[in-house]
Amino acid sequence: MAILNTPENKEFLVEKILKSYSTIFDKANSDRLALVKRDKVIHPVIYIGTGTCGLIAGAGNTLTAVEQYLEKNNLDAEIIHVGCIGLCSMEPLLDVQLPGKSRISFHHATEDRVEGLLDAVFHHLLLEETVLGQYKHPGHEDWANMPYVLQMPFFALQHRNILRNSGIISPWSVDDYIAHGGYRSLYKTVLNYTSDKVCEIVDQSELRGRGGGGYPTGKKWALALGTGSDQKYLICNADESDPGAFMNRAIIEGDPHRVIEGIAISAYAIGASNAYIYVRSDYEQSLVILEKALSQAKEYGFVGENIFNSGFNLHIHIRQGAGAFVCGEETALIASIEGKRGIPQSKPPFPAEKGLFGHPTIVNNIETLANIPSIMENGPGWFKSIGIRESRGTKIFSIAGKATHTGFIEIEMGTTISDIVVSIAGGTKGNKQLKAVQFGGPSGVCLPVQDLNTPVGYESLRALGSSLGLGGIIILDEDTCMVNLSKYFMEFLQKESCGKCIPCREGTRRMRNILEEITRRPREDSSHETLERFKGVVELESLAEVIRDTSLCGLGRNAPNPVLSSLKWFREEYEEHIFDRKCKAGICHDLRTFFIDVEACNGCNICKKKCPENAIIGSVKLPHFIVESKCTGCGICFDCCKFNAIYFK
Amino acid sequence: MFCLMNEILEKILVRYPANRKDSLLPILQEVQQVNGYLTDDLIAEVGRTLNMPVNKVFSVAAFYDQFRFRPHGLYHVQLCRGTACHLHGSLSYLGELEKQLKLKAGTTSRDRRYSLELVNCMGACESAPVIRINDVYHPHVTPEALTRIIHSLKEKTE
Repeated sequence: MAILNTPENKEFLVEKILKSYSTIFDKANSDRLALVKRDKVIHPVIYIGTGTCGLIAGAGNTLTAVEQYLEKNNLDAEIIHVGCIGLCSMEPLLDVQLPGKSRISFHHATEDRVEGLLDAVFHHLLLEETVLGQYKHPGHEDWANMPYVLQMPFFALQHRNILRNSGIISPWSVDDYIAHGGYRSLYKTVLNYTSDKVCEIVDQSELRGRGGGGYPTGKKWALALGTGSDQKYLICNADESDPGAFMNRAIIEGDPHRVIEGIAISAYAIGASNAYIYVRSDYEQSLVILEKALSQAKEYGFVGENIFNSGFNLHIHIRQGAGAFVCGEETALIASIEGKRGIPQSKPPFPAEKGLFGHPTIVNNIETLANIPSIMENGPGWFKSIGIRESRGTKIFSIAGKATHTGFIEIEMGTTISDIVVSIAGGTKGNKQLKAVQFGGPSGVCLPVQDLNTPVGYESLRALGSSLGLGGIIILDEDTCMVNLSKYFMEFLQKESCGKCIPCREGTRRMRNILEEITRRPREDSSHETLERFKGVVELESLAEVIRDTSLCGLGRNAPNPVLSSLKWFREEYEEHIFDRKCKAGICHDLRTFFIDVEACNGCNICKKKCPENAIIGSVKLPHFIVESKCTGCGICFDCCKFNAIYFK
Repeated sequence: MFCLMNEILEKILVRYPANRKDSLLPILQEVQQVNGYLTDDLIAEVGRTLNMPVNKVFSVAAFYDQFRFRPHGLYHVQLCRGTACHLHGSLSYLGELEKQLKLKAGTTSRDRRYSLELVNCMGACESAPVIRINDVYHPHVTPEALTRIIHSLKEKTE
């Protein structure tokens, strides 16, 4: 409110907190910092999660309701917009911090519930079922009998480093970030370290690229640093086009300044004076937040000419991705920034030697870059102490699909997948049986239940034929048909193949056709057709090998993964589709056989009239029957029956 | 119409340095945002400014999913086809939407009231399945909710 965004405050934060945190720190300063950090508040503070997930769940209306409530009751309170804490399925989240009391969080705070919630909190009468939990703070008095947010199963197993500010501080305020320790690493780095030293520190930390490839970041940087050129570029890849993944969105919307600080340090390390952030255009809210953050960073002199009087210049440009999955590949991304079609190029030369506009370029995933400020702050030894051998640090995952809690999480490398699925995500929704976990997006793999004790890491997942990928986890329950899912992924990859390499362009189409053949209703069920389908599956495997061996980029090389992994672990499901012509999950519509429940059918005649094949017989007011040989499985009768008398097997 | 567009185009193009081919995507994005879609004339004009052949500009625009060459309807319905939405049955909603709005995915109705588009993923997987109509998101769509959404959409246009 009044305390933030004033020139005096800016000076206090930059001079006292950012530049000389450890040396000048007396009581007056720490009191003032407590006010800025909202450790101590004078008026009530209301926090509303207005990330994309919050807005979709109705946070905009919640905000209006809160404002109306405050006006009606003549209350003076500060409203702060925060990002998402990760528990997207509980949005909209509304937190209230009364003076002297702990910050308390309410879930599902839709507009109609706002009045009741705020009444309760201002009268100190909380209803436990509305409360998500409270945040423990040494200077605050706890609410009695209320759980702590960070002790909930969803948070207890997490190790939040990159996301530690997400949902806590305002992504719209650079002051908030500085007060929570931001931009200190940048200051320390540009004044105390040479570029070589930064590359060395990052190399020692054993940080590996979080974009899926897992190449050691420090080595990649050293390569670009060692290449002589008058101009170098850094590209931050936030073009998260994997369907089912939204971690990059979470990082930007929760803590955009961490990304900017990471970019600035990395650009300093490789000697780049221009950096690009390539963000997916669908993330409208992220783009707005990022643009605001960048203009604030420019205003404070963290980006621009002569940063902290060190002589280091950096200009950051934001680019919107135009919706091409293949642009996640670094050479395609570079082509896209150059204004060309996003088609991958063969390597070498690597972008680190000859990339954007022919100059040395480093492309790093946004999560890799968001790790950099903490590594510079705490040293490489600290980072190495987190995680397991060959996979250091933490990893952010997004959880979607049939999970109880969907959202995004940050865990220490080495946590097992079952911990993520069962303990953090709370297993499957509605007590359905867990069938598999889809890992790493459309070119990732499906892991069966027996493999879920694998610790998360680059090498452990590679041993299972998967890769860490971007970090999208999709939880599949018993209602999922693996053949249908494979078909879905092949449809997606076939559509997104850029068309440069023929094996990928034509091979993915052929694989999709084979899968369509399996899930289609047979024209005539002769044994000959069954044999053809079976041959198709054999062909799938050899096709997959050709595509994998002969494609240029990661999209093609990994394209067969979903099919191969589900064939490996769920072969019986393919066989069931081919030989028995059945889809146990009932997802493949063409393979359904419909029956009429004689007890429930009252002979209303509607289905008989609607059936396009005249496959239903029966007289009015008497139970009807379906002639199986005539039925094409269109499902019209199923949809139109008002008595739920029609079922399928 | 074209004269008016030319003015808008000029306003956009002034902000980008001439002859820089890397400005192509941002320019096309801005032009599309103002005009709603890309026309042949606009593409030609962008090519002239950047000193690029029109077929090159068109080939770039056609490569990316974001660019449209046909106008939207008054109500632009976007159905998410991401993995999470697929698992929650977004495909069956596609059939229902196509039937009710009487148009195929990727097209605009003749009276320009509705258009239907399939989106790879909106990045809102936690709210799957998601349908977006103009700027309003509809999370956790169920068959009943879809009927309601379509009904209110039809009421609005009548």
